Amino acid sequence: MAAGKRVTVEYFAVLREQRAVASETVATSARTARDLYEELRQRHGFALEAGRLRVAVNGDFAPWERELADGDRLVFIPPVAGG
Amino acid sequence: MGSGERLWFDVAGDAIDVAALTRRLLAPAAGAVATFEGRVRDHAAGKAVTSLAYEAYEELARREGERILAEAASRFALERAACVHRVGQLRVGDCAVWVGVSAAHRGAAFAACRYVIDEVKARLPVWKHERYADGSAVWVNASEVVPEQPEPVSPGPSRT
Repeated sequence: MAAGKRVTVEYFAVLREQRAVASETVATSARTARDLYEELRQRHGFALEAGRLRVAVNGDFAPWERELADGDRLVFIPPVAGG
Repeated sequence: MGSGERLWFDVAGDAIDVAALTRRLLAPAAGAVATFEGRVRDHAAGKAVTSLAYEAYEELARREGERILAEAASRFALERAACVHRVGQLRVGDCAVWVGVSAAHRGAAFAACRYVIDEVKARLPVWKHERYADGSAVWVNASEVVPEQPEPVSPGPSRT
């Protein structure tokens, strides 16, 4: 079903800088987490390819092919640099 | 969590209290305590670092941090383990991450400590923003072209 859904996207680090907001609600017809990242990357010019990132859905890591549901919370995770 | 927790992970905005954390590791059967402190270095990739800030996706950082400690406890014969990662502004010399483990014997303590810090660096959703003396600033590892090379793991024991 190609019906639109609304998801929340939270941004951290380099993505927050590039998007210039910490979070937003997005209306999308993207099927998977990967589709949504590609859509947002094109719209906002994110430099990093999906292959350099991980994605979290509703508070935990998820596969890029995870199908999105209305109300999902997504976080795209740039390369980490703790320690 | 109470101080009696066997595994304890936190993301902290304030200075890390090493003495209090070390007390969490004490147990009658714990004959070995190994700790690691990651501190802010004054240089990175040939540039002078003036300050840095850590940012975390805290909900997931806590979840992943607790998973890493649980993995260490299942792989090694541990008594206790604790780890804290800082967020916010840090200065050169500040403690950015602290790992401590206790075990009956030193082999498990050293191995588990190494496991926890290596996994934390590889997996915790935490990002480092470095500012340099030349006025530039970067999110470490986030360049499109040149990912930072991981620190080489030392070979086995050499007794010279």
